[in-house]
Amino acid sequence: MSKVIITEKLTKKFDDFTAVDAISFEVEQGEIFGFLGANGAGKTTAMRILSGLSYPTSGKAEVAGFDVYNQVEDIKRNIGYMSQKFSLYENLTVRENIHFFGGIYGLGRKELKQASEELISRLHLGPEANKLVKSLPLGWKQKIAFSVAILHRPKIVFLDEPTGGVDPITRRQFWELIYEATSQGITAFVTTHYMDEAEYCDRVSIMVDGAIAALDTPAALKSQFNASSMDAVFLQLARAAKRS
Amino acid sequence: MKIFFAFVVKEFRHVWRDKRSLMILLGLPIIMMLIFGFAISSEVKDSKILVIDHAKDNQSRMLIDRFNQSEYFTVFAISTDEKIIPDYFEKGSVRLALIIPSGFRTDMEKEGSQLRLIADATDPNSANIATSYASAVIRDFQIQFFENAAAFMNINIETRMLYNPQLKSSFNFVPGVMTLIMMLLGTMMTAVAIVKEKEMGTIEILLVSPMKPILVIISKAVPYLVICFVDVLLILFMAYMVLDMPMRGSLPLLLLESLLFIITTLSFGLLISTLVSSQQMAMFISLVGFLMPALVFSGFMFPIENMPLPLQVISNVVPTKWYFLILKTIMVKGLGFEYIIKPTIILAVMTIIFILLTLRNFKVRLM
Amino acid sequence: MRNIKFLLQKEFRQIFRNTAILRLILAMPIIQLILIPLAADYEVKNINIAVVDNDHSGYSRRLTEKMKASGYFKLTDYSESYRKAEAAIGRSETDIILTIPRGFERDLIREQNTELQLAADAVNGIKAGLGAVYAQQIIVSFNQEIRAEWTNGLSLKQKVPVTISSALWYNAEVNYYLFMVPGILVILVTMVGSFLAALNIVSEKEIGTMEQINVSPLKKHEFILGKLIPFWVLGMTSITIGMFVAYLIYGILPIGSFLVIYTYAALYLLAVLGIGLLVSTFADNQQQATLFAFFMMMIFILMSGLYTPVDSMPEWAQWVARFNPPAYFIRLIRAVYIKGSGFEDLGPEFLITAAFAVVFNALAIFNYNKRG
Repeated sequence: MSKVIITEKLTKKFDDFTAVDAISFEVEQGEIFGFLGANGAGKTTAMRILSGLSYPTSGKAEVAGFDVYNQVEDIKRNIGYMSQKFSLYENLTVRENIHFFGGIYGLGRKELKQASEELISRLHLGPEANKLVKSLPLGWKQKIAFSVAILHRPKIVFLDEPTGGVDPITRRQFWELIYEATSQGITAFVTTHYMDEAEYCDRVSIMVDGAIAALDTPAALKSQFNASSMDAVFLQLARAAKRS
Repeated sequence: MKIFFAFVVKEFRHVWRDKRSLMILLGLPIIMMLIFGFAISSEVKDSKILVIDHAKDNQSRMLIDRFNQSEYFTVFAISTDEKIIPDYFEKGSVRLALIIPSGFRTDMEKEGSQLRLIADATDPNSANIATSYASAVIRDFQIQFFENAAAFMNINIETRMLYNPQLKSSFNFVPGVMTLIMMLLGTMMTAVAIVKEKEMGTIEILLVSPMKPILVIISKAVPYLVICFVDVLLILFMAYMVLDMPMRGSLPLLLLESLLFIITTLSFGLLISTLVSSQQMAMFISLVGFLMPALVFSGFMFPIENMPLPLQVISNVVPTKWYFLILKTIMVKGLGFEYIIKPTIILAVMTIIFILLTLRNFKVRLM
Repeated sequence: MRNIKFLLQKEFRQIFRNTAILRLILAMPIIQLILIPLAADYEVKNINIAVVDNDHSGYSRRLTEKMKASGYFKLTDYSESYRKAEAAIGRSETDIILTIPRGFERDLIREQNTELQLAADAVNGIKAGLGAVYAQQIIVSFNQEIRAEWTNGLSLKQKVPVTISSALWYNAEVNYYLFMVPGILVILVTMVGSFLAALNIVSEKEIGTMEQINVSPLKKHEFILGKLIPFWVLGMTSITIGMFVAYLIYGILPIGSFLVIYTYAALYLLAVLGIGLLVSTFADNQQQATLFAFFMMMIFILMSGLYTPVDSMPEWAQWVARFNPPAYFIRLIRAVYIKGSGFEDLGPEFLITAAFAVVFNALAIFNYNKRG
């Protein structure tokens, strides 16, 4: 198995505030990597660096084999991204969104057609595919946004709190999509607030005050902290935080 | 009341945190005052004039001197060739040409001489104004020339310019700028701020809070009321310090009337916010549907009495017209409340109508 | 190139779906073109005059009639009370008071000399100044009339040593619309270019789709071109609609060629869009963008010569106006509409606008990269 994300003492400072404090970790290909932390712990900042939206202050990081300092364009071609803020165009139809995002990721005419038909049938969208995105329920939007984010078969997909605001059943369905993608070799890098979701991850890192406080499989973490659930693990670590 | 206060504080924080917007909100009046005060003046001062002097005698030279001495004109060039006029006009270097015929002096003494004025009427307004002022200069010149003739059936004219003997344009534009800025900030900013919360969905969170919904909305308008009021003070201060504008009437009365007008604009902003659901729509309505008429119908830049009758009628329902009138009456004319009773009542009635309509729309929406 | 195709497809789909923007683009030219020229005729006429006649003689009534007949004045009050007239000025119901003294006619005939008083509400200096000049003109001509009557017209010539004939070139009928309408078109195009483009980009920031674009392999210049082109097309469309409406309502057509206007507008829109892009890099949300854009439009319009001629500004303000893109377009479009100027007359306007386009877009792109 190859490593698709490698960071070494990755640091990001805003003036005299250190948002990300020398974090080092590695992510294997095909793994679901949970990236947890309280609000303001620095996880979104770290994710923005890894997805090429912002430059680190110091330290090293490689994503999909490319350097975050000077190979950002190569990184962007090899990742997918879905954020908590809504990332599809609400006043375009599902089909038009697929067409647009597929297009700018360089899919050819044939590939586009094939990929969009596949996506529509996989999500059982049928006639909904020609409706404006804003008319669809939130759970659907999230599933479509995820499918669009992996349309171009990226090596890694970054998911920033992808399931906020929907019911457990819809969330479960969303995770089915993630499993399906990782079974095809796509790596999923997920931030979440839901501790039950943390249990679904292969490995979990928990950030506290800009640094990684713990990193292991959910089972190992639970036994390490002598806790019955990830929730309890998280609370133990988060209570020690100085920032809130 | 305590909760209301807490809400107002929260809204203040919002406005305060957005430093860039705040800078514009407070900088706009300053820049506008400077532009109106020093850069653009609608007075035709120092207009450049081209003189074609075919006569070249002492009378024509005296006439040219008179133009140079007049505050309205500067003689840009003197020539004897009429063919150069189009060149000067097309380059835009002068807008008015005066042609003095040959034998000017002798003709004047005998049968009379004819001067010609040619104006570049691309801008008909300034062409008209320049021609009128030039005619006045020429008339003064001939009155002086024929002083002895003046003894016969002479009507002297004594002209007094009331309130503003030096005809400073600031006396007109300071009230005008104040009116415009209040209108812009009061209406547009309130409308957009509330519609933004609607668009983001955060308004629902506020509406389920224990406070009365209408108070939630009003608390959003309070910071803009304060900013508008600060702007009023800023403009008055600048007018007084930088533009030498006197404050002839009662300051407390002026501030009270300003408060009334600010409330009028805020309540109009609230009304717009109940009618639209997107920020772009709110801006569109405030800008095209309201700000432009406010500018056009205030009587500040464009004389209302020249408009076609339907527009004159419309101008009566535009609040800016009345506030502009109030400001001029207090600041420049130094007159008291008895002169502005009518506009004050009109503004108050408008405010009440806006608030009633807002309340009605608001209830409908909540059901 | 392929990416730009996808961007354009998306952008146009959104524009055609957003009826609010389409309405804005259609309604703005029409409303502005109808309203402003009708309202913004500030030739000074319809001046309200109150005549305080203490004489009630044949001459005083004749003078009053002459004032009324001149077309400049509207008689609002004719009485003997100066105080009443003054109060009317206080309430802004009267603009000018002509006071005719007791014994006006008698003094004129017996003493050969009398004095009239004019008092003008000078809050608005231009109006007062011109009003007084017109009133003086009428009084002088009245004076000449009665002199002529007393001398049976013999000395009329002699008493008028100088007559003035004036001519108005380029716009002989003093068609105010010909002056105002093209200028308003410029403001319109400027608003579409800077305001709408800035709002559009900022709304993508606000919604979050901007971030999605930023993580994609799209190049900055592709994204920017993808925004520039649609709004360029919209701008060109709105000027076309505007010129058409101007023709329909006011019957105005340029004396010069459309080609000059379109060629320049194409270039000008690039400059203005650059400004819009620049604004969008400064603003985080639509409220801010509106405020920025409004602030700039205000300065643009006031310093453009639309209402007040640039050459009557002080030196420093004329320098500021030199950096004001709409000032060039207004000058150019008026020259083409009214004087029929062609490419050969307008070289500087083209060059300077091209420079604006380069500078603003370069600044916008520079500012963009810094955000990354």
